[in-house]
Amino acid sequence: MDLTILIISLAKIAVVLTVLFTCVAYVVWLERKVAGRIQNRWGPHRTGPFGLLQPAADFLKALFKEDFTPAQVQRPIYFLAPFLAMTLALMSIAVIPFGENVTIAGRTIFFEITDLNIGLLYIFAVTSLGVYGIALAGWSSGSKYSLMGGLRSSAQMISYELGLGFAVVGVLILSGTLSLRGIVNAQSGFWFGIIPKWYIWPQFVGFLVYLTAAFAETNRTPFDLPEAEGELVGGFHTEYSSLKFAMFFTAEYTNMITVACLATLLFFGGWMAPLPWAWVQHVPALVLLGMAALMTRTALRTYRLERRKSYFAVPGLAGIVGLIGLAFLHPVFAAVAAPMFWFASKVFVFLFLYIWVRWSVPRFRYDQLMHLGWKVLLPVAAANILITGLVVAL
Amino acid sequence: MDKVLFLIFAGIAVGAAANLLRSRHPIHSALSLIGVMGALAVLYLLLGAEFIAAVQVIVYAGAIMVLFVFTIMLLNAGAEVPTSGSMLARYLGIPLLALLLLQLVRLLLGQYPPDQASSFGTFVGPTEKIGRLLFTQYLLPFEVTSVLILVAVMGAVVLAGRKP
Amino acid sequence: MASVSTPPPGAKTMVLNMGPQHPSTHGVLRLVLELDGETVVRCEPHIGYLHTGIEKTAEAKGWWQAITLTDRIDYLCPLTNNLCYVLAVEKLLGLEPPPRAQWLRVLLNELTRLNSHLVWLGTHAMDLGAFTVLLYAFREREDILNMFETVSGQRMMTSYFRVGGLALEPPLDFFGRVRKFISYFPSKIDDYEALLTKNRIWIGRTKGVGYISADDGIALGLTGPCLRAVGVDWDLRKTNPYSSYDKFDFKVPVRTEGDVYARYLVRMDEMRESTKIIAQALEGMPEGPVNADAPHIVLPERERMKTEMEALIYHFKIVTEGFRVPPGEVYQAVESPRGQSAYYVVSDGTTHPFRMYVRAPSFANLQALPKMVEGRLIADVVAVVGSIDIVLGEVDR
Repeated sequence: MDLTILIISLAKIAVVLTVLFTCVAYVVWLERKVAGRIQNRWGPHRTGPFGLLQPAADFLKALFKEDFTPAQVQRPIYFLAPFLAMTLALMSIAVIPFGENVTIAGRTIFFEITDLNIGLLYIFAVTSLGVYGIALAGWSSGSKYSLMGGLRSSAQMISYELGLGFAVVGVLILSGTLSLRGIVNAQSGFWFGIIPKWYIWPQFVGFLVYLTAAFAETNRTPFDLPEAEGELVGGFHTEYSSLKFAMFFTAEYTNMITVACLATLLFFGGWMAPLPWAWVQHVPALVLLGMAALMTRTALRTYRLERRKSYFAVPGLAGIVGLIGLAFLHPVFAAVAAPMFWFASKVFVFLFLYIWVRWSVPRFRYDQLMHLGWKVLLPVAAANILITGLVVAL
Repeated sequence: MDKVLFLIFAGIAVGAAANLLRSRHPIHSALSLIGVMGALAVLYLLLGAEFIAAVQVIVYAGAIMVLFVFTIMLLNAGAEVPTSGSMLARYLGIPLLALLLLQLVRLLLGQYPPDQASSFGTFVGPTEKIGRLLFTQYLLPFEVTSVLILVAVMGAVVLAGRKP
Repeated sequence: MASVSTPPPGAKTMVLNMGPQHPSTHGVLRLVLELDGETVVRCEPHIGYLHTGIEKTAEAKGWWQAITLTDRIDYLCPLTNNLCYVLAVEKLLGLEPPPRAQWLRVLLNELTRLNSHLVWLGTHAMDLGAFTVLLYAFREREDILNMFETVSGQRMMTSYFRVGGLALEPPLDFFGRVRKFISYFPSKIDDYEALLTKNRIWIGRTKGVGYISADDGIALGLTGPCLRAVGVDWDLRKTNPYSSYDKFDFKVPVRTEGDVYARYLVRMDEMRESTKIIAQALEGMPEGPVNADAPHIVLPERERMKTEMEALIYHFKIVTEGFRVPPGEVYQAVESPRGQSAYYVVSDGTTHPFRMYVRAPSFANLQALPKMVEGRLIADVVAVVGSIDIVLGEVDR
């Protein structure tokens, strides 16, 4: 029995990590593509159709770059830091539930690696350790720019962790559990038969605070001060190159996915469908079939412009997407996969929001960031807890 | 399985603690201390005390030790030069330490005989129960502690704000 | 006073070397900063990393060969430098170019101002983290550079103005292109402003940052938008009109706050005013030749050389020997996008300049940097360097 659990767990970890790495790779692709369209250019489009092979090219590039170690680094810690950053970033995905549990042939399938009673606390614990990767990288590089980047990020992450933690307390009061699955299950149902009972409505203030703090926690514009290239060159990763740099990069995007998942779970009802009516269950099939059609059409159009054979691979991909869409018409498949579809769609919206904001606004100054964290977000979050507590108690 | 995990993490905790004492560089000592905290958290988890484990990591490793590391980085403290030490410590230190440890083991065994020791996973402390106890039975100590921390914070602000 | 680079032992401050390789020092500016935490205690600009010796080189060139050197002084506004130099030489010669040439010079100068301000806007915004503005600004700059290419054959090193007029009559579709450009450009300025002007983060990063008073500004020799942002209404196009600027109707934007945000607003308004000047220049463009009637100075047309002996002889003389300029010295200033750009040219009566001195606005404006950043945060240094809009080629010459 013990061995079966172990094997199943290991298999789950392998699957989740593979999916996660693929997602990270394609979030980078998405970021470059969206940034390109926002900025009136194409983004990657030479490596494979629509630049779809760009992640592979990026990885190979990082792999073949010279791994340069400056002379003045503090050796063991300098090498430890990127591993720490990436490992901690990957660890937090362990408790994220991706879909509803289903029972097939007497066996219950859990769509997560493990369901901890304290899932949310676990995530906070792991992210609170994430600061070490950056702080130690900054310190051990032996460069002033890195040091300042490391110091800034330590201060920033400590400050915003408080806001982040306070922001979700409202959700915890309402749901009465720390288990992420429990929190999502508490959000099932509809008000007036149409408005989903998601915590975004009663906890709108908490959501805004969470969103802002999450931007800061993932070090993205407008809070990307630890790596503000305008001032600190590269910030904490100035002295890192090759795969060590790629590890920081992976960690950053993994964190982005984690906070997007968390926002979905805490405030947007996780894998719940957004509308109560029966026809909603056909939406995934429609969306996927539409996507397949769109992909085929765009690929053929682009082929006419660019005359590159690689675009013929896209209709194949579209075929797979379309098949998955057709599979949704089967009730058993739909029961298993529809929750994952909704979850993935919501996460995608958040990721898009992150990218959108990054390419639209300038960067805060360090003191303004601290001011916002301590004097605005924290009091607002505290007031939110107070009011939520009062309302629940009455 | 549980025993193996216990031994691994207990070993890590003790090893990291030894390294903490041995290291010459403050950053290495701080990192060892984080290792001790992490290993302890896992031990709590094995006992079933999930909340304590999470708090251990969030508060000690994630906040307090970050401040330690922050301070060390800010002061840019370098490796320390070992002092020659006193004769007393050199010759009596290890025997006295061993004596102390033996005494501790004897006391613990006397109070909690092996057959009464809590086994793995039995020490279940759901978060909800802890919260309820904190805000009912232990409300006074809880509030006093928070006032104490507030006073300490104010003291720190006053001291830091004073112009030299 | 001890140098910043070697603080006294036991100092609590840290010395940070910013540049010459740094993403936000706009080329090869090197700033040695003495920091207390993140606060700048002292700032010392070190220049000279882009020194090219253009002033000295000019002494070895003929009067009309030196025009190509002036492009390279401030590579973001080559036509302004071309203009200033040829105006100085024309003044020595007592030569007046025909109205059409003057109008075209004004038109191209204002396009150059737009070109320069667009680069400033893009890089300034990017330094503060707003990447997208850079690509928007460069999209419009591309159109301007294409127009420069249409008239001169070069995108950046135009060398289009000549002593006595222009190198060539602009090709026919040039005016249509300019007309199209100014019809949509104001809406693009609205786009940039939509991204920045009312953005809370942008205001937070720029308002009250890098303040300088009007007295300090004048004492340190500030000119251009930096001076107009401290409340001094001084624009050479109005106060010392040249090249028929007095015949154009435009406003000089002035603000009094003296901070980074004021400099930003002044330049944004200047872009709108420049568009108006270009529209007026297009409208009132006089007909006629683009070169003065001075055969010993202006190269003859290609066709005339094939039929007229005199034209061929003048061509041969100008190209091999150059033309002579009567002895004397002259100081000619123009309003470049960065401020007062001036050429002091001395002639000893030969075919070469005896001395050419360039009063570079970036050089003078850079002097004010320590005054603006000392006591402020390191992130403000980036904002201020961006706002004074230096071009290192011009600082070091």
